[in-house]
Amino acid sequence: MFRNQYDTDVTTWSPAGRLFQVEYAMEAVKQGAAAVGLRSTSHVVLATVNTAASDLSSHQRKVFKIDDHIGVAIAGLTADGRVLSRYLRNECINHAFVYESPLPVSRLVVRLADKAQVCTQRSWKRPFGVGLLVAGLDETGAHLYYNCPSGSYFEYQAFAIGSRSQAAKTFLERRFESFNTYSRDELIKDAIFAIKETLQGDKLTSSICTVAIVGQDEAFHMIDQKVIQEIINSMEIKEDAPADQAPLQEDKGSEEAPMDI
Amino acid sequence: MALRRDWVYENNGGTCVAIAGSDYCVIAADTRLSVGYSIYTREFSKICNLADKCVLATSGFQGDMKALQKNLAARHLIYQHQHNKQMSCPAMAQLLSNTLYYKRFFPYYTFNILGGLDSNGKGCVFTYDAVGSYERVGYSAQGTGAGLIIPVLDNQLKSPSPLLLPAKDAVTPLSEAEAVDLVKDVFASATERDIYTGDKVEIVVINASGIRQELMELRKD
Repeated sequence: MFRNQYDTDVTTWSPAGRLFQVEYAMEAVKQGAAAVGLRSTSHVVLATVNTAASDLSSHQRKVFKIDDHIGVAIAGLTADGRVLSRYLRNECINHAFVYESPLPVSRLVVRLADKAQVCTQRSWKRPFGVGLLVAGLDETGAHLYYNCPSGSYFEYQAFAIGSRSQAAKTFLERRFESFNTYSRDELIKDAIFAIKETLQGDKLTSSICTVAIVGQDEAFHMIDQKVIQEIINSMEIKEDAPADQAPLQEDKGSEEAPMDI
Repeated sequence: MALRRDWVYENNGGTCVAIAGSDYCVIAADTRLSVGYSIYTREFSKICNLADKCVLATSGFQGDMKALQKNLAARHLIYQHQHNKQMSCPAMAQLLSNTLYYKRFFPYYTFNILGGLDSNGKGCVFTYDAVGSYERVGYSAQGTGAGLIIPVLDNQLKSPSPLLLPAKDAVTPLSEAEAVDLVKDVFASATERDIYTGDKVEIVVINASGIRQELMELRKD
């Protein structure tokens, strides 16, 4: 995208019917570190790449627990993500207070989208520079949504956002049709695999990725680093084996959990 | 004499007791919910687990009790999101006091006892009035049967008595089992003479291994 005379304010349309400031905000999401989400009928997994500003600093937090049944992964301006997480947590708490039941995921994402839309139609505001993958479970089942700065949202079986996310999307597109039948462990494994795709050559270790899961009998929580490292190690053993795609496809149907190696 | 038609409170009766030990805390409350001379239900819990190491027992108007519990539980959730840990008992004690005083001019009609373990693992009991005045003590009782129970506790738990000066180390030297037995005894006694106390007593014990609950039958009359 190049600078043009319609991109100064979010309240200015271009002749082609575009709001450039909103599109620039979506660019900010594309520049952020990758985040992926996958959904089966009973679980939703989120995985992110944790970047650190330098070797001296700590890693950015990109996954937030919103409630026992909902969590989000963000890509883009993490400060905006943090503020939105606080808003989402508040909405969940207020709903539970009044209705004594968890806020359905679809209602939450609509509120988030409405909040984002407000910032696309005020001259004194700017759009949020963060994309959120909202993972949650409610009475209607497991859900994964993507909320973007424009205020629109979509439900997905699997999705990836952030830098080099196209590689992860390609990987997920090949396999998403069977995600509904996946076991919990298979879902986690594929999430880590998808994250690996975004690294494109860089070494995958548990210290640079965060994985979180929510399930029917499982409150939203981050998975322990040790467990992630074990899965990564088992993935590497499989890759050293002579067959390329074959071991992966065998995995999908096998009764053994991938970690039983 | 004009008839007052704006009385929005109700006393649902009941009694709460708590005793702090060196590494445990016992909190107990009966399970009877009454109004006037009638019983609404014999199985109503007045106890709420606010945090890992913090339990609230409330007597008074149960509508306000429910609202207060929900309020504190929501505030605790916010605290956990912000601080990534559970609230300590003394922190919750201050929060409860502030919450009660917030409604100084339309109070929660509740008489609370907060019990748990402090950050050192020692038992702590905080006792409140309806508008948030509170004090850390070694033991306390609130509610309709409190007047019958406090003198007995004073007698049995003299060392942590708030009557002693200078204020000593508040916790009782009794063991956990002895404290639970004492609580059962005082409830049985209060049940004899207080019409609002009876049915069952719910006893909650907090110690390093977690929260344990037991129920004991009381006289139903």
